[in-house]
Amino acid sequence: MSTTIAPAAPRDSIWAHARYMLAGNPVTLFALCLFLAYALMALLGPMIAPFDPMASDTARALQAPTWRHWFGTDQLGRDILSRVIVATRVDLGIALASVVLVFAAGGLAGLAAGFFGGWVDAVVGRIADTIMAFPLFVLAMGIVAALGNTIPNIVLATAIINFPLYARVARAETLTRRQAGFVDAARLSGHRDGALLLGQVLPNIMPIMVVQMSLTMGYAILNAAGLSFIGLGVRPPTAEWGIMVAEGASFIVSGEWWIALFPGATLMLAVFCFNLLGDGLRDIVDPRRRT
Amino acid sequence: MTPLLELDAVSKRFPLGRRRLFAKALPPEVHAVSEVSLTVHAGETVGLVGESGCGKSTLVRLITRLLDTTEGTIWFDRREISGVPARFFARDTNRADIQMVFQDAGESINPRFTAADAIADPLRKLLGLRGAALQARVEEAATQCGLPLALLGRYPHQLSGGQRARVGIARAIGTHPRLLVLDEPTAALDVSVQVTVLKLLQQLKAELGLSYIFVSHDLNVVRLLCDRVVVMYLGRVVESGPAQQVFDAPRHPYTKSLIAAVPRLEGARPEAPRLVGDPRSPIDPDPNACRFHGRCPVGFDRCGTAMPALREVAPGHLAACHLND
Repeated sequence: MSTTIAPAAPRDSIWAHARYMLAGNPVTLFALCLFLAYALMALLGPMIAPFDPMASDTARALQAPTWRHWFGTDQLGRDILSRVIVATRVDLGIALASVVLVFAAGGLAGLAAGFFGGWVDAVVGRIADTIMAFPLFVLAMGIVAALGNTIPNIVLATAIINFPLYARVARAETLTRRQAGFVDAARLSGHRDGALLLGQVLPNIMPIMVVQMSLTMGYAILNAAGLSFIGLGVRPPTAEWGIMVAEGASFIVSGEWWIALFPGATLMLAVFCFNLLGDGLRDIVDPRRRT
Repeated sequence: MTPLLELDAVSKRFPLGRRRLFAKALPPEVHAVSEVSLTVHAGETVGLVGESGCGKSTLVRLITRLLDTTEGTIWFDRREISGVPARFFARDTNRADIQMVFQDAGESINPRFTAADAIADPLRKLLGLRGAALQARVEEAATQCGLPLALLGRYPHQLSGGQRARVGIARAIGTHPRLLVLDEPTAALDVSVQVTVLKLLQQLKAELGLSYIFVSHDLNVVRLLCDRVVVMYLGRVVESGPAQQVFDAPRHPYTKSLIAAVPRLEGARPEAPRLVGDPRSPIDPDPNACRFHGRCPVGFDRCGTAMPALREVAPGHLAACHLND
């Protein structure tokens, strides 16, 4: 019998498992590559943009895609490719911040609701129901309109409309574990409710929550861009996908399709990417729910 | 000799629903455990038997202080521990002294813990051990339970049923408890593994000077391992006494039927009739009738009008039946 504790085998087997799953899921692999591309664009942004996204050149206004301007130029002669790349950080940043915020608020509220039941469950449930009673995009519009259209308010509005989803998923997952033997075992091991909830139950529902985060990332991006599209989000001249689509919309009728098309396609692809990634992650962490 | 654990008329009732705003009547209650008194002396093994739903598990949760009593007191080592609310008992001074081995070891280990994490958890939290001292204690507990140290890095789903049971036992004995509650520790195991786990438990008891409360369906095992046995029916103790005496000369018709129902190679004994049907409802049972009335093969009129009290029928041997009067 050896005297040292054997290193946990699963550390490399997680990667082996992920590789195995990805090999069988080319769609997830594609989504992962796409996600990495978006992540790079968000991180490097201005460094990889070929032109200054804010520099206007009226002599080159409304040019169709060329080898010099791959995505063409807009009505002020700004390079659309550069603006699309730089906008990634704004859009993904808003979406990520709102998802983290709603994970913390909704996830913890759902965790407490599922674990303690009683009045905690009732309060969280009623808050979620109240939010769900509104058309969600209209509610987000209302929040931003009332609080003023700044980036923190867009983040807040996006987080609030996703609250019920997170609270319910966390509550349901906690409910199935509340009666598990390991919860009693943790009490016998000296854990009080708070420590037990965060230290023992939360890690168990974490995989499901990460999947949820990836799935809602897409909607969060769409929501942020949607708010900007109707003028309730980020303000021009900031490069942002929603604003760019809005600005380009009026030019489509006159034949300048590229101004709205490229930011719109980038936006669509981003939403698509996060949804596929969420589906793939779900298959990896919870094969029973595969559809 | 003062007992290590003493339960004095402990009851647990669960209300069904909440009291309505203007209703006069209280909601009906499930009487899970009613007026149970029992003692466990140091070094003793007390068996707790009874069919499913008789309140064994609730009683175990009361003793391990995972649940608050409705009435009655629990004394541990001359200290009244039932006064500490269950949700504060996790940090109580006696928490390390009362530990438990769960029925389903696989389900009672956090799926995100390795075997070493699971065994270390109570040591870290209750004894404050860290680093090398913690590691040494984890390895000591694992070795005592016959768990190869090479398996300590594995997650529960990577272990066999018997190995998981050993992790569960190692976790329970790590804090050097004085009372170990075993809730059907072998119910989820193969017959071949059951024997080795039972032998391990016997050995640990002698080595560590433990006292056991042994909950089991398996009467043969109870007879073999227990010094005393407590028979429960619908939340009440119907008979208790030295194991040998209760098994050889049961004084309550329920105990007789229970013993008669033990499968034997030569077939059931003819003299004790098999029980048919289910127990009566535990919701607001008639306080003036024996809980076994109606299902009892030898019941008579008085059983429906008066609750039989636990009476000593032989030294140390108690039974609650009118037939003994």
